[in-house]
Parts: sequence; C-alpha cells; structure tokens
Amino acid sequence: MTASTTVEEPTRRDFLYIATGAVGVVGAGFAVWPFLSQMSPDATTLAAASLDVDISGVAVGQIITVKWRGKPVFISHRTPPEIEAAQNVSLKELPDPASDESRVQKPEWLVVIGICTHLGCVPIGNEGPYHGFFCPCHGSVYDTSGRIRQGPAPYNLAVPPYRFASDTKISIG
Amino acid sequence: MPQGNKVMRLRSLIAGGLAAATLCVAPIASAQEEHVKPARQDWSFYGPFGKYDQAQLQRGFQVFREVCSNCHSLKSIAFRDLIAPGGPAFSEAQIKALAATYKIKDGPNEAGEMYERPGVLSDYFPWNFPNAQAARAALNAVPPDLSVIAKARGYERGFPLFLIDPIIQYQEQGPDYIYALLTGYTHADDPFWDEFMPGHKIAMPMPLSDGAVDYTDGSPKTVKQYAKDVTAFLMWAAEPKLEERKRLGFRVLSFLAVFAVLLYFVKRKIWASVHSDAGAEH
Amino acid sequence: MSGHPTYVPKSAAAKWLESRLPILGLAHSSFVVFPNPRNLNYWWTFGGILAFMLVAQIATGVVLVMHYTPQSSLAFASVEHIMRDVNYGWLFRYAHANGASMFFLALYIHMFRGLYYGSYKAPREVLWILGCIIFVMAVATAFMGYVLPWGQMSFWGATVITSLFSAIPFVGDQITIWLWGGYAVDNATLNRFFSLHYLLPFMILGVVILHIWALHVPGSNNPAGIEPQSEKDTLPFHPYFTIKDGFAVVCFMIFYFWFVFYVPNYLGDADNYIEANPLQTPVHIVPEWYYLPFYAILRSIPSKLGGTALMFAAVLIPAFLPWLDTSKVKSAAYRPLYKIFFWLFVACVLGLGYCGSKPPEGIYVVASRLLAIYYFLHFLVILPLLGQYEKTRPLPASIFESVLGERGKHLAAGAKPLQPGE
Repeated sequence: MTASTTVEEPTRRDFLYIATGAVGVVGAGFAVWPFLSQMSPDATTLAAASLDVDISGVAVGQIITVKWRGKPVFISHRTPPEIEAAQNVSLKELPDPASDESRVQKPEWLVVIGICTHLGCVPIGNEGPYHGFFCPCHGSVYDTSGRIRQGPAPYNLAVPPYRFASDTKISIG
Repeated sequence: MPQGNKVMRLRSLIAGGLAAATLCVAPIASAQEEHVKPARQDWSFYGPFGKYDQAQLQRGFQVFREVCSNCHSLKSIAFRDLIAPGGPAFSEAQIKALAATYKIKDGPNEAGEMYERPGVLSDYFPWNFPNAQAARAALNAVPPDLSVIAKARGYERGFPLFLIDPIIQYQEQGPDYIYALLTGYTHADDPFWDEFMPGHKIAMPMPLSDGAVDYTDGSPKTVKQYAKDVTAFLMWAAEPKLEERKRLGFRVLSFLAVFAVLLYFVKRKIWASVHSDAGAEH
Repeated sequence: MSGHPTYVPKSAAAKWLESRLPILGLAHSSFVVFPNPRNLNYWWTFGGILAFMLVAQIATGVVLVMHYTPQSSLAFASVEHIMRDVNYGWLFRYAHANGASMFFLALYIHMFRGLYYGSYKAPREVLWILGCIIFVMAVATAFMGYVLPWGQMSFWGATVITSLFSAIPFVGDQITIWLWGGYAVDNATLNRFFSLHYLLPFMILGVVILHIWALHVPGSNNPAGIEPQSEKDTLPFHPYFTIKDGFAVVCFMIFYFWFVFYVPNYLGDADNYIEANPLQTPVHIVPEWYYLPFYAILRSIPSKLGGTALMFAAVLIPAFLPWLDTSKVKSAAYRPLYKIFFWLFVACVLGLGYCGSKPPEGIYVVASRLLAIYYFLHFLVILPLLGQYEKTRPLPASIFESVLGERGKHLAAGAKPLQPGE
C-alpha cells in the first residue's frame, strides 16, 4: 500500500467537530420531546377533567360511584354512627394518620377515589370490619373515612379535588 | 466558461421565477366566465410568520354563530377551543356563558332517559339539526360541516404557478375560494347564482347582506368584511395549530440550517485530506 | 472485502459480546471500514436518505397509531382529533403524510441514479431486483396508508385501485369482493388496510437489510461505472461517507420540513378533507403525485384489462433491466447515446405524470398514449438495441484516474505502479 492512499484518520477533536457533535446531540434531544409529549393526556382528556354530580338523590347510608378521569369516585352519604366512628379514632392507631376533619368538607359527605392504594383494585363499600371499604383483591380494610386500617395497602383512599357547587351538587376536579 | 454559464442559468431561473411570481400575485381578472379563478386576498396568516388576527377571528365567529350556524355544523370545534391561544382566544368567562346558552343532549340519566343540559367548555359545537336527513328534509340539501372546509376547498392553480406555490408558501387556495364564493353572488335577482360555482348554481342562497351582523368594534358592516372575517375564522377552525406550526417551523429550520453549515465544514475538512493527498503526490 | 483491518474489540464487554455474537464486527466491517469508491457523488447519498425516511415514517407512524381509530365511522374524526387535541399530533400527522412523498421523491431519485449509472448491471442484478421489490412494497404501503384518513380521495382511490383486480378474467369480481371483505370498500376494507399498512413497512425494512447485504458483496457502483481495482480507488465508509451522507440527510430534512411546517397540504388533495361518502364520487379523482405516471398509463388504454395489465407491467418492468440493457458499459458518462435516451426517458416519465394529473380528455389522452408507448419502447426496444449499436467512449483505467482526470493520468503514469489485490 502506498503512503499516498492512506489518509490520516481525522480523529483530531478540534473545535469544529466538537461543536458539530454538540449541535447534533442537542437537536436529537429536542427531537425526542414530541415523542414523549404526545403520550401525555391530550386536550380532550384534560377538558373532561371536571365532573358535576347531583347528590340530592343519595340517601343517608348510601354510597354512589361516579366516573371521574376514568376512575371510580365514591360519594358516601354517611350516617351519624359512621361519622362518629370516623371522628373518634386516635391518630396513633392509624398506619397513615389523618383526621376525619382533614378528609371531608361536610361531615355527612365523604368523597374519595375508589382505587385501593395497594395495587389499584376497586374496594367494596359498607364492607369489612370497620364498615367502611374492603378491597377483595388483597384484603385491605378501610374505615368510614376511607383510611387504611388493616392489610397491605400503604395509604388512605385519596381525596379528589372537589367543591360543593350547591347543597345538592358536587363539582369534582 | 462553465462557471459563467451556471451564473447565467441561475439568473434566468430567478428572473423566470420572479416573473411567474408576479403573475400569480396579480389578480386573475381575465379568463372566460366559465373559468374565473378566485383572486388572492391578503391574509394575516399567510407566510412563514403568519398569525391569526384575534379580533378578526372573534368577528368571524360572530358571523358564523349568527349566520352560518343556522344551517352548518362545526363538529370538530369544542367551546374550549375558542379560549385556546392562537385562535379567537375569548376569555373563559365569555365562553362559559356562551356555552351555557346552548342545550346539549346528554344521558341517559338514572331513569334511562336522555335529557338536555346547558353546554360546558368540553362540549362540541352543537348542530341545529339532529342528523343529516333532518337537514336535507328542511333545506333540500345537507350543508357541509365547516370544521375543515377551508382545507377541503380550493381551486386549480395550473402550470407553472403550482411549481412556485411551495416556494412562496401559498397555501390559501381554500380561504381565497371561500371568500370569492361568499362574495360571488353578483346576480341580484337570483340568490342561487354564484360566480365561482360550476354552472353558477349553488344550493346555498346568498347568506350575507350588508348590516346583517352587528359588529361592536367599529369594523365595516359590509358583506366583504363579513366574508373576510368568517373565512379567517373558518381557516382557524380548520387549522387551529397554524401559529404553533409556523413558530416551531422557523426554529426547526433555523436549527437545521446551522447544523447543515457545520456539517458542510466538517465534511470539507475530512475530505480535504483526500483531495490534497491526491495532489500532494505531484 | 479483504485488505482492510478487521475489528478488534477493545473493552472487555465488547470482547465478551463479540465472542458470543459478532455483531460489533459486522457493524464495523459494514459501516466503518467498508471500502466505498472514492468518486461517489451526491446522487449516492439518497440511499442513506431513504434509510432515514423509512425510520422516520415508522417512528411517526407508530405514534399516529396510538391515537388513530381504524373504524369507518370514527377514522376521519380521529385524524382531526390527532390534528387538534394530541400534543404535537399535527406535527406527527403532517410529518408522516409529507414523509410518504419525501420517501418516494428520494426513491425515484435513487432509482434514476441507478438507471443513469447502470447500477443494475452485473454483478449487481440481485441488488437491483431487491430494490424493485422495495419499490413495489412501498407503492402498496403508501396506497393503503392513504386510505386510512377515510376522506373522499381515500375512499375513491381505494375503490378505483381495488377495482383494477376485477379486470382479471373469470375470477376478477370474486377477488375484488375478497379484497374488500364486502360488496364495496367499507369498514372491513379499512381494517385490513390498516393492519397491512402497519405490517408492510417492517417487511420493507427486512428487504432493505437484504438490499444492503447484496450491496456489500460487490460494493457500490460509482459514476465511472468501473470496479475498484486497488485501495487507491476506495475510501473507508467512516468518516468519509458517514459525514457526506449525514450532511445530505440534514439538507434533505430542510427540504422535507419546509413542506411539513409551511406548506403541509401542498402535496395532498383538498378533497381528502371531506369525509368519505360512498354515494358521491369527487369530480376529479387524482392519486398522490408519486403514482401519476402509472395512473396515466392505466387511463391511456381504452380497455379495462389492457390498462390494468399495462400499469402493472410499467411498475414491474424495471426489474428486468439487467437483461434488457445489453451494453457492457455501465455509466452514462461513457455512453453518449444512452445519455440522451436517459433524459428522454426522464422527460417521458414527467410528461406521463403531468398527464396523469389532468382529466382524461382531449390532448391529454393522446399525449399519455404516445408517452406510454415510449415508456415501453425505452425498455423493450431502445435499451436492447442501444447496447449493440452504441459507440461508447473509452473507459478510464481506474476510478482514481477518473477522479483526477488528465492530471490523474499523468500522476498514475509517474507514480509507483499500483499493487492491486494487495
């Protein structure tokens, strides 16, 4: 092989190569963004985030389930004994301490997302040792405030953002 | 010299392009009655930095709501879209109040019945007719949905204009055609005569008349102004992401231009050793 | 190819992998040290551009599928949903729709480059035929993809093209019904087209790998049309051709994104923004621009079977080029007559494309007929005869010499003798 045909491998890391490489990497980085962004909730999903529920027909002791953001939300019209049971608990007994007052806006109405904090099953209302909620999948037990009392779930049932639009209407989201 | 030839060719190319561009900018007034082409209009959303005129879109929406929506649907537009930036961008309170004036069919409720409720932001613009058959029964024709009408209409540009259009970014055939159509009712005695329809027969009787829509911002209450505004609104309805698209486009293309220049120099540098190598042997 | 350093893994991890699956060595020999003729011009970068476009189409397509609904009553609305509600949905949809056009543009340039420089000749026949297979698959993929938005042109394009099969004698009607899964283009048709539109690009990818494999056996053809004789004639793929291809890809992207961002609907048809209506045909059915020459051939024949047969023949005939072109010389640079006929053929295809975009009446019918005849004449008469009678120009002794022209000849004469096959 003659010397003339072997070309010096241009491996010198001079400024031009570094600058070009850097610009290319930055460009590739920006190009990835739309691919990630398109997976997050689209405008229709975000727009449907708010839900109005008429609660005038919910009897005392009744729990209704409504769908909000594709998930079940329990609206429980609690009886006085249930309210009392929820309020008269020492916070020290609770795995995830929270007072009932911090979880409700009006004591008669408990609004929680009906998703077990263990692995996402839907608990059954008015069931279990505390007459709150019982998750049949792995036996998590919640009380009448939706707080975890027994079983593998780590947290209380989540409270969605909501407000009372009127005495008979709850606006979730 | 080949170099000189190249320059000459380039020059004549540019000259030809310019001539053709002037031709297509000039309104096409000649031609026979049968083949009248819509004239080009000035649109704020034309070109690489084009943007919608917010006030115009708001007026256009007013025309749509008070005139067009009596017969036409606008299926793809939700009330929330009217708030979004890059469009008419009404205030949320305005549109919430507006939506509430519409009755939206919903249900079934607990009793298994459909019911009507006031509209909310996530609702889509309702149609005056329950279905196409009802519209046909009432109007003798089904008025087309207007969501993408500004992209679904156009006219033939012909040779050689169609070659220049991508360079001058002329994408407004649709709006130009709609504006021409709305202002093309030039036979006062025949409301179904339109200059820009094939055979001059149109199923939609002249929809606009001077003073029909009460503008509050002092814009002229003329058919031309109404047509212009509602056409701009329909263009936005068809292409709500136009501003975002052009803005991002400028950034992407600027980036690529810089990157291409850098790559060109890297390429030259790498290949320089090959070229000089061949010569160095001498 | 021999004579180049083989891959020696440096790190322990690379050694570990290489002894179990020699994939690093394969990549090294294929895309790092692979010797390419040094005289390749920018027309040779369209292979890399096509690889980029295929990946871009697959990537944007996979995203679109996440939001699209292949159901005849929902498809059109779901495309509008992508355009309006999905984050950057408009970008993905416009990039994919225009990407199809860009893929075909690059594909046609790539094919015409092959025609000009005789890249289909021995020993590259299989390489060329694999390319023709990719072309046919791309045509099918793009056709089925165009049906998915379920606009008027989608629907009627699908109806017209599937109806071509009804021209087959005896079983034609049965075959069409089988293709449709019904008695007209409908939901069943949309669903199977969606399925196949997703499948075919991955099959194309497979054939592309074969195509590159077949390329790497004889190596690239080059503008001189003579085979490399020594290392003086070639350069390693990296960094010379990686940077050149990379630069070309970025330039092509500028062109591509100009359309995506500024004139995204220029290459499309306004009628496809009207939802499919099985009861009303658009006044003027036009396929996408990349089908127009073949569409013109189809319409030029006043017989259903004849038109269909000729259109398919027009698509397939380039695959037989290695045997239709009888000339021993590859590159048009050394074939003065072929060069003229090549440009006539280019003009013929462009003319057919223009006729295809016009209504089938008057002068356009006559013109498409004449051009269609010339299209086949080029392959079946001109090329076989040209090889017999054309007086070709003398070929350069080597690629190196052809690069440097007169100076190279002088250099080669004065330089130490080469040692081919070192």
